[in-house]
Amino acid sequence: MKYLYFPGCSLSSTGRAYGESILAVFRALGLSFAEIDDWNCCGATSYMSVDERKAVALASRNLALAEEQGGAGPDGEVQVIAPCAACYLVLNKAQHLMDESPDLARTIKGALAQAQLSYTGRVKVRHPLDVFVNDVGLKALGEKARRPLKGMKVACYYGCQIVRPYATFDDQHNPTTMEQILKALGAEVVDWPLKTRCCGGTLTGTIEDVGLRLNYILLREAKRRKADLIATACPLCQFNLECNQDKISDQNKENVAIPVAYFTQLMGLAMGIPDRELGLQRSFVPVRVAAA
Amino acid sequence: MSTSETKSNGSARVGVYVCHCGKNIAGKVDVKAVAEFAKGLPNVVLSREYKFMCSDPGQELIQKDIKEHQLNRIVVASCSPLMHEVTFRRATAAGGLNPFYFQMANIREHVSWVTFDEGMATKKAKALMGGAVRRVVLHEALEKQRVAVHPDVMVVGGGISGIHAALTLADAGKKVYLVEREPTIGGHMAMFDKTFPTLDCAACILTPKMSLVRTHKNITLWTYSEVAKVDGFVGNFKVQVRRKPRFVSEELCVGCNLCVEACAFKEPKFPDEFNLGLSKRKPVYMSFPQATPSVVQIDPETCLHFRTGKCKQPCKSACERGAIDFEQKEKIVEVEVGSIILATGFKVFDAKRLVQYGYGKYPNVYTSLEVERVVNASGPTAGEVVLKDGKKPKSVGIIHCVGSRDERNNKYCSRVCCMYSLKLAHLVKERTGAEIYNFYIDMRTPGKGYEEFYDKLLEERVHFIRGRAAEVTDWTMTREEEGKLVIRAEDTLVGEVRRIPVDMVILSVGLEARADADEVRRMFNISCSHEGWFLERHPKLAPVSTFTDGIFLAGACQGPKDIPDCVAQAGAAASESMALADRGHVELEPNTAFITDELCCGCKTCIPMCPYSAISFNAEKKHAEVNAALCKGCGTCVAACPSGAAQQHLFTDQQIYDEIEGLMSYV
Repeated sequence: MKYLYFPGCSLSSTGRAYGESILAVFRALGLSFAEIDDWNCCGATSYMSVDERKAVALASRNLALAEEQGGAGPDGEVQVIAPCAACYLVLNKAQHLMDESPDLARTIKGALAQAQLSYTGRVKVRHPLDVFVNDVGLKALGEKARRPLKGMKVACYYGCQIVRPYATFDDQHNPTTMEQILKALGAEVVDWPLKTRCCGGTLTGTIEDVGLRLNYILLREAKRRKADLIATACPLCQFNLECNQDKISDQNKENVAIPVAYFTQLMGLAMGIPDRELGLQRSFVPVRVAAA
Repeated sequence: MSTSETKSNGSARVGVYVCHCGKNIAGKVDVKAVAEFAKGLPNVVLSREYKFMCSDPGQELIQKDIKEHQLNRIVVASCSPLMHEVTFRRATAAGGLNPFYFQMANIREHVSWVTFDEGMATKKAKALMGGAVRRVVLHEALEKQRVAVHPDVMVVGGGISGIHAALTLADAGKKVYLVEREPTIGGHMAMFDKTFPTLDCAACILTPKMSLVRTHKNITLWTYSEVAKVDGFVGNFKVQVRRKPRFVSEELCVGCNLCVEACAFKEPKFPDEFNLGLSKRKPVYMSFPQATPSVVQIDPETCLHFRTGKCKQPCKSACERGAIDFEQKEKIVEVEVGSIILATGFKVFDAKRLVQYGYGKYPNVYTSLEVERVVNASGPTAGEVVLKDGKKPKSVGIIHCVGSRDERNNKYCSRVCCMYSLKLAHLVKERTGAEIYNFYIDMRTPGKGYEEFYDKLLEERVHFIRGRAAEVTDWTMTREEEGKLVIRAEDTLVGEVRRIPVDMVILSVGLEARADADEVRRMFNISCSHEGWFLERHPKLAPVSTFTDGIFLAGACQGPKDIPDCVAQAGAAASESMALADRGHVELEPNTAFITDELCCGCKTCIPMCPYSAISFNAEKKHAEVNAALCKGCGTCVAACPSGAAQQHLFTDQQIYDEIEGLMSYV
């Protein structure tokens, strides 16, 4: 099966390490993939709140490109991997909205036709967690672990967008796919009930007090549960949790320093992929200390 | 029967009646025009319109006209046949005609209620009238078949509903077979401590009825038994019951429990089902002290003898009456009954499905049914409300609507949870003095003395927080939350998210249809609503009947119900069974299928098609035969028959073609 890869903007900016590590892991697993040519903004959370129709139009251009470029499987489905939680949600949401509203679908399809594109609904938007567990399989992953993550205690963090509102491949309240993957690669996971709680999203930039408090709760609880690091699957979650630790520690007079890595970086470590190919040098709080 | 009957078109004399139904029909359909139109139809002798045809004067009008105008066919254009076909057939018969010389045109449900344009409505009413007049001319005189009703009754399920139905019937002199799947009767009610709103002890009001069942001369009690097969039809069911082996003779055992004491396992070791796994039992055990029958059973899954064959069988030696029988085998018994009451009850919602409430993860999260056992004097803690570590809780949260009123699980309200939550709040507070927090969406307390009970709880200073709880968690934010379970909920009255730390959480789980409700439904040939509850024939006017005659419903198998409602419904079901038995016979609708022998080629196509198993193959004559008593007149065999041998009374091909032609020619 061939996958189409939709990096979105984050994976080439703040979330570069996510993009680098995911591609390195794909290669190591021998997955066949190609980046969607000429992709554009996914429509993103903020655009979706301002003008839903235009956001759907942006998202559906990507879906239409995928249909055009994707080698569909025998079932006619085109598999698109969207690692960024926001991209994953927005692409999914665009499909849902068009399914639910024939009027909207007509408008969007009309707009796509102007650009000589069409969307028929054959795209299946996949999250890499889903692909690793359900397509690759935990057994195959385990076999790739050349340097198992022995002794590493991980708090697995999903954030809100991967499982809400569309819990397509994991439980909405208690997702476990990330735990399954990291356990298969030798890590220990800590029981951390905050794994789908809000990271503050863009509030860290707008209403800082509220945003930082939300991050404080997550960081503190991860440390209290003796996690060596937090694994994330979302560029914004990673950014929020990692980049404000000094400020949060100062404000609360409590040391909340803890490495925050993409789960794909940890997968890469276990597979023996060199640090630089996993973007590990980009971390502010060194991941290697925890991994050592 | 009248002498003016006729079978040939030439001498048919049709009387037509168009009903106004007040404004229901006349407000949309020009009834005068329809009646006028009917006058011009072939064979119509007279045509009238009248305000309410179903009224006594309306019916008398038909009877009078039959005599005065020598009518021999009647058409009434009014409501749905489901409403008044019976009424007008009776009026036709009272006028001296065979009641099946009648046809109804539905110009209310099919026309006036569903058509906007008056012209269109009138036109459609005329077309339906045209079809009805054409068809009624071909109607034949039919006789209803009478079948005797067996006076005995079977009640399936020995909870409070089944018990009450069985006792009511038995007291009226009917012989009752009460079949219960578990080793004892009593059902869910036997697990409860107190009952709302009176707080009388569940056992005190239930166990006398249980022992009455055991001793009643008219009741045959089969516990640890299941219905295996149901054949036959109303008045004449043949039921096979599978009696599972309990490895103890019910006739010999007196429930002294000496065998339990003697068991090779010195200590109870296996999860006790009756206490929902909160305590342990031995392989030989009695469910609870008042189990009925008062007979022990041996669980072969855990018994050393069955598992290894190496047990010295101390239980057997201990029994002075020789009641232990390791050789006991499953038995099938067959009985004949006239009617069956299903009282198979419910199951509670599986709290594990809502992972956010931590059931199965945090030991101090309980379901409400577990707490019923905890507060019960014969329960795992002898009625002491203590946590898994033996400590008394200082604060308790009760989360309502777990699995109810929820788009993602069950949309319906389970009806009993608000009240039992109040009851548990009262009992837990009484025994521990703990602070109690109820998290509710709406308090639903309609019922005699129910709202007053809610008021009482408010006075007892139990806390009520309006909002569905979001989660039960163990991550803490303040020192007072340390070591506690935290319930997070939006308090919709205050408009804030609240965190309430508690020692114990009770999940008020909703009621669901039994897991095997669909298999049971098939076996008894009844229907389920989409939530899985057994479907009553009519939600208001036939609440204990089903679409299969002679099968009645009692209790929570039909939908969530509290004990008073279960008992009331059980009484109603019992009286339906009694009415059937006392009448002694049933009349069957004659719109059944029949096989024209000369046309039947014996291909057997119809046999597997019949949903009621009403068709059999006569090997001697080599053709199919319809048992009219079983046939429901669905017409499936008629449509399937390749040679046209299968036909149906009141729906012969000619009648249907004529009706269609009649309808189409006036459109």
